[in-house]
Amino acid sequence: MLARRIIPCLDCDLGVPGGRVVKGIEFKQIRYAGVPWELAGKYYEDGADEIVFLDITASHERRETMTSVIKKTSLSVFVPLAVGGGISSVDQAREVFNAGGDKITVNTSALKRPELISEIADRYGNQAVVLAIDAKRRYTLEEGRQIVQTEEGPCWFECSFYGGRQFTGIDALAWASRAVSLGAGEILLTSMDRDGTYDGFDIPLTDAVAKRVKVPVIASGGCASPDHMLEVFQKTDASAALAASIFHFGEWNVRDVKTYLKERGVNVRI
Amino acid sequence: MAIVIVDYGMGNLFSIYNALDYVGGNPQIVRDPEGLDGADGIVVPGVGAFGSCMNQLSRFEDSLLRHFQEGMPMLGICVGMQVLFEESEESPGAVGLGWIGGKVVRLPDGVMIPQMGWNGLSIRRPVEMLDGISDGDMFYFVHSYYGLPRDESVIAATTHHGVDVTAAVCKDNLFATQFHPEKSGPKGLRILENFVRSTRC
Repeated sequence: MLARRIIPCLDCDLGVPGGRVVKGIEFKQIRYAGVPWELAGKYYEDGADEIVFLDITASHERRETMTSVIKKTSLSVFVPLAVGGGISSVDQAREVFNAGGDKITVNTSALKRPELISEIADRYGNQAVVLAIDAKRRYTLEEGRQIVQTEEGPCWFECSFYGGRQFTGIDALAWASRAVSLGAGEILLTSMDRDGTYDGFDIPLTDAVAKRVKVPVIASGGCASPDHMLEVFQKTDASAALAASIFHFGEWNVRDVKTYLKERGVNVRI
Repeated sequence: MAIVIVDYGMGNLFSIYNALDYVGGNPQIVRDPEGLDGADGIVVPGVGAFGSCMNQLSRFEDSLLRHFQEGMPMLGICVGMQVLFEESEESPGAVGLGWIGGKVVRLPDGVMIPQMGWNGLSIRRPVEMLDGISDGDMFYFVHSYYGLPRDESVIAATTHHGVDVTAAVCKDNLFATQFHPEKSGPKGLRILENFVRSTRC
């Protein structure tokens, strides 16, 4: 049986030499966390199942910096590496794969041009394409929206792009299904309502997407403790839980989190 | 002397190169069959479909077979394991190397395909290449098909994904894994270390 995965996420600001890992709160305030490959190396040693790098600056001139971050990381980190932020063509994806990346994460560029998903999947396989969705609850119900029941009332989920700065009007659940039919092999699902809040994952959102798609769903946004991971694994079919701050700022070590989960019956790799 | 990684044009070899380098294997990437001569060990990686892999690999076939028969330690990874079989449901009509009798079949309906993630091994045969590996240790898999050998005694380990899935085979000087040791953390590195050691006997 496949293990549930624990994935530290490195939000990389590549606007400084060599890049640095930062963490935003509710997609805004920024806190400095460390050097990308050093943090990746530490998480690998601690037992991370995979590592996600997101270029939050996502500008063309900084892509080379990300490539060198991945190259440096893959010299000593031997778990899958997923890389995202501003990748909008197969050529750009190829640079990441050639640097040692295993998966490409796409968000804004796929919302603007959904065929990008098929183009990367056709060349590198579905498993190499992760669709990232930044979803926000909307309690104003509209016709044609996929409605989810929550403790706060029924809502639908709207996709955001440009790092949470703009909204698309696109229904996140419908988009998830469409992206999978285009070839996305995995969904990285971030709740904008929970991201940075430390309130735990958005369970109704995660459950709704995991039930609708046959590919693995990575729950993201709001994780502040192993309890939150336990909750998302017990209440949904999420294949993985992603977290940033709780690992970056020394509150929790990946190994301790996994031990905690294993002791409570979750199938994780120790 | 070196461990050569066969580069037959199917995907990047950065990860396996780095992992072998990390465990002291002195890897070299080789693009021509002549490059296999004089090696200490040969690694056959593989991504993509069975048929296109065999197409690209065919020019290495004679050289690989000769080295296999001469006892050179060999390691196949992922599709590099599948091509050892005679044929695959993925690419009807394509002929595999056939060093292991049997065929490559699709994972059963009802399970997540591809199987992508970490899964535990059941060790069927305690071969040297699995030295330091215990039942239940987890490795990273990404695949939709798996090899089904006629002679089950070549199976070194299985994993479970809907059915028992061949995870590693061992035949004489040949060892091959369906999972990716180069992406499987310290346990994966241990298998690569075992391979490097086997080239120095």
